[in-house]
Formats: sequence, structure tokens, C-alpha cells
Amino acid sequence: MSTTPNRPVAGKKSDKGFVYLPLIAGWLVPGAGHFLQGKWVRGTLLAVSIVAMFVLGLAMQGKLYTSAQDILGLLGMAGDLGSGLLYIVSRGLGLGAQPTQTTVADYGKVFIVVAGLLNIIAAVDAHNLRTGRKQP
Amino acid sequence: MIHPSHFAAVLLFSLFASTVFGITMRDTPRKMVRYGAYCFLLFVGSAIVLSWVMFLIAR
Repeated sequence: MSTTPNRPVAGKKSDKGFVYLPLIAGWLVPGAGHFLQGKWVRGTLLAVSIVAMFVLGLAMQGKLYTSAQDILGLLGMAGDLGSGLLYIVSRGLGLGAQPTQTTVADYGKVFIVVAGLLNIIAAVDAHNLRTGRKQP
Repeated sequence: MIHPSHFAAVLLFSLFASTVFGITMRDTPRKMVRYGAYCFLLFVGSAIVLSWVMFLIAR
């Protein structure tokens, strides 16, 4: 019985080094995971999209979740935390602390949560590029 | 403080979300653009259709 030798998959990158670096960098700074791998255009588009969404959310007086008192609060905070340093710095500056009182502020809250969720998708994409799971 | 209309908010949301979806869900630049445009049209189109449905239900 013949056996097929183990060959590297096309696009498979070396697993040398810390493979989770693009994931962590991409989570902390939108687009950074792609920048680390020389994907400048993709990284820039991701960074602009995610940062713009987050900033627009704050500009609409969207609320940043600060505590998880119920299941909705917990899910909202998980989404907000996806923005990494954007969330931490904004919390530090006291932004997004006002309660939601207008419809536009409710849109803003959603913009902030979705920016965090999109950033998680982008960071996982950077990790997949690093491990070779996705073609570069 | 900015006050976009509901439709302007839909357009902004769709633009940014579609950009990220296109880049992360496809492999080649051509496919990324096509998928991003497809997502954008679906976001905006579904918002318009659902708006009309709600308008007709509310009458």
C-alpha cells in the first residue's frame, strides 16, 4: 500500500514564531494583524472601516458598556471589548458614559458594538493568514 | 455630536461592514470587491424593503 508523503499545503506558512501575534495585535489595534504580514491595503481598509465606525458611534453619543448586569449588557460589553485599545482608551477618557436618550444615540451604541465584532473578524482573518488557513 | 438620518446611518453601517466582510470572507481582491458590493446591496436593499413592509403594516 502506497502512502502519500506529507507535503506542505499551498499557501501554508511556517509555524515558527508566535502565531498568535497577528491575532492579538489585530485585536488591540484594528488592521495591525494585517500590517504585520505586509498586507498594507487590506489592513488600511480594515483599520479605516473599524475606527470610523467606532468614532461615528461615539460622535452619535453612543454608550460604551461598562458593566454586565444582565445578559444584554454582557453581550454588549463583549462586543465593545472587541475594539481592543479603542475601547480601553475611550473608557479612560470618559467617552460614551452618558445614558442612551435619543434614537441617534441608540444607532451609535450599535455602531460601537458592531465595530468591535468586525474587529474580531478582522483579527481572526489575520490569524488565518498567518497560519496559512487562508490564501495570502 | 452628529445626527445622521436613519438612511444615512444605514448607508454608513453598510459601507463599513461590507468592507470588512469583503476583505475577510474572500481570498482574491476581485472576489473581495464583488462580495463587498454584494453585501452592501443586500444591507441597503433589505433595509429599504423592510422599511416599506413596516410602513404598509402600520397603515
